[in-house]
Amino acid sequence: MAPITFLEAIRQALFEEMAADPRVVVIGEDVSVYGGAFKVTEGLLEKFGWERVIDTPISESAIIGAACGMSYLGLRPVAEMQFIDFIACCFNQLTNFVAKGHYLWNAPAPMVVRGPSGGGVHGGPFHSANPEMYFLHTPGLKIVYPSTPYDAKGLMKASIRDNNPVLFFEHKFLYRRIKEEIPADDYIVPLGKAVVRREGKHLTILSYAAMMHTSLEAADALAKEGIDAEVIDLRTLLPLDEETILQSVKKTNKCLVVHEDTKTGGIAGEIAAILSEKAFHDLDGPLVRVTSLDTPVPYAPTLEEAFLPNAQKVFTAARELAHF
Amino acid sequence: MPATETRSKAKLSRQQYLDLYYFMRLNREVEETMTKLFRQNKIVGGLYSSLGQEAISVGTAYALEKRDWLAPMIRNIGALLVKGVPPRDIFTQHMAKFTSPTQGKDGTSHFGDLDNLHIVSPISMLGDLIPVMAGVAMAGRYLGQKIVALTWIGDGGSSTGVFHEGLNFAAVQKAALVLVLENNQWAYSTPVRRQVPIENLADRAKAYGIASYIVDGNDVVAVYTAAKEAVDSARAGNGPVLIEVKTFRRRGHAQHDPAEYVPANEREYWEKRDPIMLYEKFLTDEKLLDAKSKKEIETKITALLEKEREFAENSPMPPPELAAKGVYCTGPECHDLQPKWERPIAELQPPKSSTKNSWPPYVPRADFGVPASPIQFVPAEVLASSNGAKAATASAVSAKVVAKPSMKQLKKSSANSTAASKKPAKKGAR
Repeated sequence: MAPITFLEAIRQALFEEMAADPRVVVIGEDVSVYGGAFKVTEGLLEKFGWERVIDTPISESAIIGAACGMSYLGLRPVAEMQFIDFIACCFNQLTNFVAKGHYLWNAPAPMVVRGPSGGGVHGGPFHSANPEMYFLHTPGLKIVYPSTPYDAKGLMKASIRDNNPVLFFEHKFLYRRIKEEIPADDYIVPLGKAVVRREGKHLTILSYAAMMHTSLEAADALAKEGIDAEVIDLRTLLPLDEETILQSVKKTNKCLVVHEDTKTGGIAGEIAAILSEKAFHDLDGPLVRVTSLDTPVPYAPTLEEAFLPNAQKVFTAARELAHF
Repeated sequence: MPATETRSKAKLSRQQYLDLYYFMRLNREVEETMTKLFRQNKIVGGLYSSLGQEAISVGTAYALEKRDWLAPMIRNIGALLVKGVPPRDIFTQHMAKFTSPTQGKDGTSHFGDLDNLHIVSPISMLGDLIPVMAGVAMAGRYLGQKIVALTWIGDGGSSTGVFHEGLNFAAVQKAALVLVLENNQWAYSTPVRRQVPIENLADRAKAYGIASYIVDGNDVVAVYTAAKEAVDSARAGNGPVLIEVKTFRRRGHAQHDPAEYVPANEREYWEKRDPIMLYEKFLTDEKLLDAKSKKEIETKITALLEKEREFAENSPMPPPELAAKGVYCTGPECHDLQPKWERPIAELQPPKSSTKNSWPPYVPRADFGVPASPIQFVPAEVLASSNGAKAATASAVSAKVVAKPSMKQLKKSSANSTAASKKPAKKGAR
């Protein structure tokens, strides 16, 4: 198998799930003829027809509402947000209705909400966001944020097959920048499981999505200085794989969290709390955060570069922590 | 159309007329029982009354078939009863009992039943259920089920953004959705004239290119007749229908609200138009109801509610450990989610579509109009075989007026309850 891009991996997952299961439909803005703003749904219309590839008006609440209604009759809709920033437009529909259904009235909503997220491509303040933490605070949702083509495909398949509403964040910086050979067989990557990307003993670096690659780059540089960092890819933020995190920190005794989301209220804070509660005596240093600035995502390349974490920032913070 | 016409068109059997009466009475008695429970401090949260609006919940839900779906608002208890919800479910919900449909996790009429009764639970943020029910209708069409989805919105809720998103999308999709807009004149304490600058909310249908009705919401036969036409039309594939029912919220927003802001003459006007009183007079005049059968119905309701209330009162509160349970579906052992296919799955599996990946060519028109959607939502053979195919394709641009209330009409109806209005009222009867 030739290596495929992150984007192609997601498209393959949609294609294979739709081919195998007529319950799966796709709904969103410009998803049919145009194939979506980033072409993730390209080719689906030709294969599956108008009934299963559904264009909508610019109405995010209607997209989520309709997907939810479809799921109540046993379908498994995959709803696209043209940019994940627009998910704020249907916040109420998702958090107050879809997410609460199973707990309140025994109404599971097996649906996926997917869309391109993240910065680094000069998309500006309304096309670069990482809004995952708005939803991490909502019981009933699951949140997936992959970093590799293999994971993107396997996690998308698992998300479609899950009986709960899953928010699937696709970092647009990764869409066409990374390639990977992936197996031809039907596999899934289970939700709620982190993975150790690089083993190490001096400190643990937790990350996800595009920042996972930044963290690995920093880990290579650290290795040259004799610092052996363990890098963990969270993959699913909700539910969070506490076991893998704790296991690693109990081994390395130090933890650095790297995320592209802004600092205040980012998942690093939640992880700090978990480590305080469950691994306090194992820690030989403070939990350190390398994140974006607490500002909107700025447009100019110089500003965006200052806003985002990068390998150098991770390297500096990790080295300091290692020597703490 | 005048009420006299709708009544002759209704063609209900005596039993159906009496069903409507039974459910309206049951609706009111269930709420009366809850008012007593509320005063005894046995209702945990708020209590929202539909006093004077029973004809709407009952008349619209009665137009649905068993397979159809509904999504009520908090005041549509009558619709739940018609759909088959036992009164005990409503009592236990309000009393937060473990035996309630949500086991005490939510109150009031906030519960649903996806498997049997096809009820989608209400949400307090009004309007959200409109796109949800559009999705229900679309999924039903995809599965070949020929269902109709019906939901309600108030004059207040009609100002939400999601009302527009949902109704517009449903209209574009030609989804089998019936939206009943209960104009009860008040959104909490704000009168409708301070919410919208138009007299008839049904006029909004024109903007969505869908059919609409304006109905006297206190005339159950008029409500039923319009709803039945709308349901048949939606089922036949003609797209959504908006029914504006004019009525009045006789109590406050909830029990805590004495609604002193309502002008006395407005209340007086509508109290004289009590839907149950009007319907009783109609049934008596038409010799459909006599003292004996009325007594039988009352006895039946009293006995039923006594039993149901006792069940609710004797039910336990949920155990505290339930609070932490049930956020996620844990998989097939929790819910085995299989749709009910009513079309050959071979049409879809394996996929053999080879849809052309392009929009149809542009056809210039002198009036700048656009060609119709290329998407065939309902297979032609399904349309042809549909029972409702011949049902009224209500005009997409003008609301049909079904017995719009007026003082003149009130005088007439007190003189002769069958002659509500010989001609439609001026406004909205274009």
